[in-house]
Amino acid sequence: MDCCNISHKIDIPENSKKVVLAGNPNVGKSIFFNSFTGIYVDVSNYPGTTLDISTGKFGDYYVIDTPGVYGVSSFNDEEIVARDVIASADIVVNIVDAVHLERDLFLTQQIIDMGIPVIVALNMMDDAKKNGLDINVSKLSKELGVPVIPTVAPKGEGLEEVKKSINKAKIGNSSLTLTEELEDIKKKAGNQPEALLILEGDPHVTEKYGLKPINHREKIYKDRRERVNKIVDNVVKETTEGTNFKTTLGRMMVNPITGIPMLLLALYGLYEFVGVFVAQTVVGITEETIFLEMYEPFIRRVVGNVVEPSSLFGQLLIGEFGLLTMAITYTFGLLLPLVIGFYLFLSILEDSGYMPRIAALVDRVLTSLGLNGRAIIPMLLGFGCVTMATITTRLLGSKREKIIAVFLLGLAIPCSAQLGVIAGLIAPLGAKFFIIYVAAIFIIYVLVGTLLNKVMPGETTDLLIDLPPLRLPRVSNVLRKTYIKSKSFIKEAGPIFAIGAIVITLMQEFGMLTAIQNAVAPITVGWLELPKEAATAFIMGIVRRDFGAAGLTDLAMTPAQTVVSLVTITLFVPCIAAMMIMIKERSWKEALAIWFGSWIIAFVAGGVVAKILPLLA
Amino acid sequence: MTLADVKRGDKFQITYIPDEKTRAFALRFGISEGATVSCAEKVPGGPVIVKRNLQEIAVGRNLANKIKIKNIG
Repeated sequence: MDCCNISHKIDIPENSKKVVLAGNPNVGKSIFFNSFTGIYVDVSNYPGTTLDISTGKFGDYYVIDTPGVYGVSSFNDEEIVARDVIASADIVVNIVDAVHLERDLFLTQQIIDMGIPVIVALNMMDDAKKNGLDINVSKLSKELGVPVIPTVAPKGEGLEEVKKSINKAKIGNSSLTLTEELEDIKKKAGNQPEALLILEGDPHVTEKYGLKPINHREKIYKDRRERVNKIVDNVVKETTEGTNFKTTLGRMMVNPITGIPMLLLALYGLYEFVGVFVAQTVVGITEETIFLEMYEPFIRRVVGNVVEPSSLFGQLLIGEFGLLTMAITYTFGLLLPLVIGFYLFLSILEDSGYMPRIAALVDRVLTSLGLNGRAIIPMLLGFGCVTMATITTRLLGSKREKIIAVFLLGLAIPCSAQLGVIAGLIAPLGAKFFIIYVAAIFIIYVLVGTLLNKVMPGETTDLLIDLPPLRLPRVSNVLRKTYIKSKSFIKEAGPIFAIGAIVITLMQEFGMLTAIQNAVAPITVGWLELPKEAATAFIMGIVRRDFGAAGLTDLAMTPAQTVVSLVTITLFVPCIAAMMIMIKERSWKEALAIWFGSWIIAFVAGGVVAKILPLLA
Repeated sequence: MTLADVKRGDKFQITYIPDEKTRAFALRFGISEGATVSCAEKVPGGPVIVKRNLQEIAVGRNLANKIKIKNIG
């Protein structure tokens, strides 16, 4: 039943037998995938999205992994990928969290309704027992009409049986009552999975067949929900009321009195791990020792033999901001370790189930800035690399939220590269100036967010998220996630850093950097009361944010001047790579508005701090 | 009464969820109009955490203000 050919989207032969793994987020799908395919796995980008998709072989079958989703539709990228892959499946292995049957069986039932042969792996059976759930497996299998195999994937229990039973996958009992309508569309679409999606009002699939939009989603979902609830009532018995340590801990995480100290502790851990260990120790080795001391002299010598270093071409390749020098060192020596560090931390937060609870905890604060709790992810990542964080604003619900988040990231979140230099400059000045700096940035962040929330048209989407049970993250899964995310970041941002290096070299060669410095000078001296040379630092900040801050180190400035210049340079435009990602994520018009907005805010705020500081003395 | 008016530990029935997309999401999580649920936690000024069996869902305060419920003690 090869209904929808996806061979042109993922690299597998046409008409090959496809086994698709499907399930809700964090149900242990990747363990099954690894068990099916062994180590020979192909990871490729799914066209039109930012997601990677893994394929491998199991006997004569091609096994395809899908992103974790709660249902098949087109609400976001994950669902679109899952939808296309599941709809093309010959067999679906559906991994279900035994603790969350009510939630997970909705997807199971939807796949069954698509008429695809299914086999269910009832995972986390040990957790279910611990939570006092007694699940009648054979009854569940009978109700669904498909084989159900109990498993404990992390311990390897049941994996072999799932693999052996692949051929026993069956088309289950449908929950659909609109059978006539389905048959009607099936004649036009030619296959049941897509016919069901059309009936559920999926706009993409409807358009693909040039059909008039129909929408029975609500009715179908309600019927499905009713059926799932009935099944759960029939097969699950609660033996004890499950209040255990994990439930209590989960509650404490969202209650502000206990949750805020826990969040601060987590952030402190993040700071110690990424801010101190990775940013100083690891980057010290990768950037300084490996790239600046070993790689750069080497590449300069090699290329210098062929190309005259002082020529424009030589400058583009191995100059101060060269493609093979600065762009490479910056991307692999500095950013890569930081990005890996951040994604490692984020993967642990995600897999443990803590992330959604942080989102719930901070939802109130972010709502007043026109965002919702989910925006905590890009905001946190911004302290690592604003470019990386800007890419993740894709997960936000509306255009309005994306613009607000991108603006705030570019404006008031100093990235880790910059934080190091800022800390170095401000630490000798003492607590008072440190507090003034932090307060100034924080006030700007809140003011601008609040203002954008007021003036931006549209509405912020409401928080509606699943709080999964807390679980100890699996090391292999965390590493795999970190690897995939870091790789796709380098693939996406690497070329941007390269273009940035070219632009900066050209600007320098044609004297544009100096011209801008002179143009900005009156503002620097007159309004910010800084030395004229500080303008150089601001411009360098566009190249790399830490260059800018580092440029201030060489200037003889009073403590007040240092604080003013740091406030200005933090708020001043993000680095050129982040600026380009903004164009890509938003548009030319929006990106330009954000840059000019940042410039104006940076200089106004810097000036205001300069005028207020004498009053505080 | 709306979902924003409930207190921690309250048991209640959901009678109305606004907006089709929100309803679709809620249905997937197992929370539908007519479902009996309880309030597991309420973040002051923030989300209401709704619980049905072992399933917990955080509902932003603005949305909670729009969801109608019937308290059943």
